[in-house]
Amino acid sequence: MTERGRAERRLGWWLSAPALVAMALVTVYPIAYAFWLSLFRHDLRFPEQRGFVGWANYASVLSSPVWWQALTNTLLITAASVAVELVLGFAMALLMHRATVGRRTVRASILVPYAIITVVAALAWKFAFDPTTGFVNALLGLQQSWLTERWSAFLVIIATEIWKTTPFMALLLLAGLTLIPEDLQRAARVDGASAWQRLRRITLPLMKPTIAVAVLFRTLDAVRIFDTVYVQTRGGQNTETLSLVAYDTLIVRLNLGLGSAVAALIFVVVALIAWGFLRSFGVSLEESR
Amino acid sequence: MTGRTSARRLGMLGESAAMLAVVAYALAPLAWIVSLSLKRPGDLNDGRFLPQAVTLENYRAVFNDVQFPAALWNSIGIASMATVVSVVPAAFAAYAIVRLSFPGRRLLLAGALAIAMFPPAAIVGPLFNLWRALGLFDTWLGLVLPYVSLTLPLAIWTLSAYFRTIPRDLDQAARVDGATPFQTLRYVIAPLAAPGLFTAAILVFIFAWNDFLFATALTSTRAARTVPVAIAFFTGSSQFELPTGAIAAASVVVTLPVIVLVVLCQRHIVSGLTAGAVKG
Repeated sequence: MTERGRAERRLGWWLSAPALVAMALVTVYPIAYAFWLSLFRHDLRFPEQRGFVGWANYASVLSSPVWWQALTNTLLITAASVAVELVLGFAMALLMHRATVGRRTVRASILVPYAIITVVAALAWKFAFDPTTGFVNALLGLQQSWLTERWSAFLVIIATEIWKTTPFMALLLLAGLTLIPEDLQRAARVDGASAWQRLRRITLPLMKPTIAVAVLFRTLDAVRIFDTVYVQTRGGQNTETLSLVAYDTLIVRLNLGLGSAVAALIFVVVALIAWGFLRSFGVSLEESR
Repeated sequence: MTGRTSARRLGMLGESAAMLAVVAYALAPLAWIVSLSLKRPGDLNDGRFLPQAVTLENYRAVFNDVQFPAALWNSIGIASMATVVSVVPAAFAAYAIVRLSFPGRRLLLAGALAIAMFPPAAIVGPLFNLWRALGLFDTWLGLVLPYVSLTLPLAIWTLSAYFRTIPRDLDQAARVDGATPFQTLRYVIAPLAAPGLFTAAILVFIFAWNDFLFATALTSTRAARTVPVAIAFFTGSSQFELPTGAIAAASVVVTLPVIVLVVLCQRHIVSGLTAGAVKG
């Protein structure tokens, strides 16, 4: 290796070291620490009972209906919101891609949901559906108490999530659309392909890598859902999600051992989802990078 | 011929209607919260979207409150610190990824990807415990640190996508003139990358400004409690009455500046948000 190559190598390490250390310090270390804590009985309210318990915390989490219910709720919210966002986001992306006038206005306005604090968005929707302060019941002629029943509470939570994050999906898909060569579309049009055929045979296949990345990003983001549920129901009406269970066990009930086991299991769930995605879309992700 | 033009006109009409619908979709909840903040206390339960009469009473109440101005100050301070501390190392790392060949490149990219997918709820507990032991609980630094780590991937992606658009010839010319790689970064790349740095800074700022999970778990008093937590835990003069109007006013105060910023820089933000996923 030349002197210059070695110098470049050294500089590369030096330049990336601060970022690597900062990323590891607040993630790798705490997750390792969480794993360690999860093997102990460690409840801050009963500090004298501390002791090594092995996998017992995992056994009690995995045998508790709370965990499975929260997992189901989380997956339900994730699946429903990501599915709707994909369709809605794709429609918005196509619209912005096609539009000749007003494109900037549309793009600027869909950045608004992205820029709003999630807690504020959750409160806005909560107030809108509230039977006393809201306008939704008056608008629909209903007397529904939305957030006090399970299914209607889910509906409000999912609607809030969709509203807040569809723009992100739309912008990712729009960026993918602009990468499709215009010539292909034009050639297909000359050959007499209808708009629907062009969408199915050209746009969608070429968009596959972008769609995979967008869905993966949003899925992993949706699995972490905390703010909206916390503000709108605080997990009541059986709407608790995984993040809320971890928060309640760790921060509210101060049970570090059990809570750390929940945290480690959430990490496993997320890793499994990411792994599943990368396995089924691995090739296309490689291509798009 | 006339059939064709009228079909086209119909298409244009449909397109405009769809665009209007998208704009309404995006803005309705914002309009609703603004409207709530302007309603008189007696009109809050009238079931209308728009206020019957406009009052600024709620805004006065919010700024006379003890919690809210403190939270606003904490949010501004913590988010700004996190932004500066995150963007600088991210710029170094992004430059190394784009321009230098060294064995750590892949590790850095993989690490950034892993952290972008990381579930924050999994580290909030251990951090809670650690921070109490280290005296970082309920301090600015205690929030700045996790925000920096969690925003680094976003900043690195945004910046490396931006650095890639700067022609390599410029680096080479500087190198030929005898500049070291570090001088090249400092005097040639950094000034050209100013818009990219700015974009990364806004994205990091928005993340820190928006966060609720860490802010609620790692703070307990006015010393470090940020705006999202203050708004979520707002209590009125009596604790049985939810001060909806004041909450709405506080929400508008913290939302409008960010929206103005985002709309002004929309082009950069869009390219920053999509940098990691599509190109890269």
